[in-house]
Amino acid sequence: MEEAVSLDLTPEEAARITREQGDRAGTKSKNLLTVRNLSTHFYTPDGVVTAVDDVNFELGHGETLGLVGESGCGKSVTALSLTRLVPDPPGKIVSGSVIFDGVDLLKLSEDGMRKLRGKEIGFIFQDPLTSLNPTLTIGFQIAEAIRQHMGLSKKASYNRVVELLSKVGIPKAKDRLGDYPHQFSGGMRQRVMIAIALSCDPKLILADEPTTALDVTIQAQILELISVLSDEFGTAVLLITHDLGIAAGMCDRVNVMYGGRIVETGNTDVIFDNPRMPYAWGLLDSLPRLDDLRSDRLRTIEGLPPLLINVPDACRFNPRCSFTRDVCREKEPELTARAEPGHFARCWATEPGGWIA
Amino acid sequence: MATQTKAIPNAPVAVRRSEGVWRDAWKRLRKNRLAIVGGFGVLLLAFAGIFGPMLAPHPYQVQDIAAVVANGNEPLPPFQDMNHPLGTDQLGRDLMSRLLDGAQVSLTVAMVVQLVVLFIGVPLGAIAGWVGGRLDTYLMRVTDIFYAFPDLLFIILMSVAFRETAFGRALNGVLLVFVAIGLTSWVTVARLVRGQLLSLKETEFVEAARAIGVNDRNIVTKHLLPNAIGPVIVAVTLGIPTAILAEATLAYLGIGVQPPRASWGTLINDGVNQIRVYPWLVLMPGTLIALSLMSFTFLGDGLRDALDPKLKGKQ
Repeated sequence: MEEAVSLDLTPEEAARITREQGDRAGTKSKNLLTVRNLSTHFYTPDGVVTAVDDVNFELGHGETLGLVGESGCGKSVTALSLTRLVPDPPGKIVSGSVIFDGVDLLKLSEDGMRKLRGKEIGFIFQDPLTSLNPTLTIGFQIAEAIRQHMGLSKKASYNRVVELLSKVGIPKAKDRLGDYPHQFSGGMRQRVMIAIALSCDPKLILADEPTTALDVTIQAQILELISVLSDEFGTAVLLITHDLGIAAGMCDRVNVMYGGRIVETGNTDVIFDNPRMPYAWGLLDSLPRLDDLRSDRLRTIEGLPPLLINVPDACRFNPRCSFTRDVCREKEPELTARAEPGHFARCWATEPGGWIA
Repeated sequence: MATQTKAIPNAPVAVRRSEGVWRDAWKRLRKNRLAIVGGFGVLLLAFAGIFGPMLAPHPYQVQDIAAVVANGNEPLPPFQDMNHPLGTDQLGRDLMSRLLDGAQVSLTVAMVVQLVVLFIGVPLGAIAGWVGGRLDTYLMRVTDIFYAFPDLLFIILMSVAFRETAFGRALNGVLLVFVAIGLTSWVTVARLVRGQLLSLKETEFVEAARAIGVNDRNIVTKHLLPNAIGPVIVAVTLGIPTAILAEATLAYLGIGVQPPRASWGTLINDGVNQIRVYPWLVLMPGTLIALSLMSFTFLGDGLRDALDPKLKGKQ
């Protein structure tokens, strides 16, 4: 990773250079985040794992974008790559650009990147039990990012911590600053994580399965909280989830990931009404439904996601797809436009002239 | 919660005080009777070490020759003459005063050696564990060499090599010995800290800290070391009796505290020739060594149980 980021640019300089490059290429920076050709590989004893393979997407200011897919599809690695937190070794971002607010994050110095983490980009992790340090008080952990980035006085940062804690719905916030994580319930801890993520008014929050470790009732509260606060602060959210129900309720747009690639992208209602990729059908079909009385077994997609070592030039979903034809095994389809604006899918069968209408 | 409080305005609202790791550990330590006994022993030793010279009936080096002569040229046995409650040695020096002075030396051993251990062991272990890779390998090979080197030989070599320097003469030659003991005993703490950091650095709260832009140094010092402090405290507490014993061994060999100052080891050395005639000259410092070793060990064991998060809620 060091080679890729050896240019010691301050964020401002990098912003200027990238903006000039962008102007020349004729792209406008109306998006908060533009990811281009992002590839992240893991170098393991068994071979090179292409965990994220040539991923492209955009995220507008204040928009909520879903990233859905099974476990092992590269969702989390994508999020980690955006903030360059991929463990190195064995992981490495091998190519691409991540233009955030006009700055290419992959070209920033490590120091410049650190100044951005937590300040411009907040992170909500999956498991609030293990993501908080058991030996530090809640107050310290929330104040840490504020001290790190905002240069507030002790008094001011204390007030801000109290304000944040009440904002995320923790009663008697003042009395609980000195408490340790084990004195909070799971839902409360996730609220604390949200407070940490929001502490410096970030422009973007990466929420990596924020409710997976929580039970269903708490899940709804936490999602509601993320949704309300991101509206209030005007924060864009990249929501990573394997739960399509959550994506449907929260997101403006959805990217479906499979095997390290984005296989379908579009507005949420389009994806749910008229998915154009058999994998998305499979995902939707696996959702348990209250009104489905036909069978008492949960439907699944047969098989497992592919191992991402030496991936052949073929549709990555073809071994599990019931519509596979020879072409699917011979050449990987491109992400091509479908009828609705902004709707793209990676499937031979649903392309114009394909065998699924 | 807020509505409940409003509904019963006069109900006493129990404000839950925060219960940190330390409070929790203290609660468990308090229940461990042996550890409390050990703790009292340690406090007593500390008291004797700090205020010993003030409490002593005589200065430790003053000879009461008249008393020895009056006793037929034999050292005074304990409890015979209230001027020398624990008797004197053959030179007429008050044994109680010398034992108290020895307590001070032992306490200094405990402190200086463990400080050396902490100053070398913790940073080295932390760097090796956090950075990992090749640096880790090199640092751990160095600790292996120190571990394999014979302790006594190293200490004797060091005290011979530096005897004539200012460092060698500092504090009556004691400092040199203490530093030498420290240099042979930091290995355990270094390995301990490294092992702790190796597992702690994979935790998610480290990733979370990096995700809010905390730099490496703060992650190690603020997030990781507090998590590793429990085992280190235990190791240091259990290292103290080893150091006291090492000092006694060296003193017995004639290295370290120089006369007329006394340590429990030199007192045993002085008395061992007449052990059949005047056994108390050996028994008393020997008992004190044994008691302080036991105190520190009991306390250390108790701390280990109290600070072990896996034992939380048990006992």
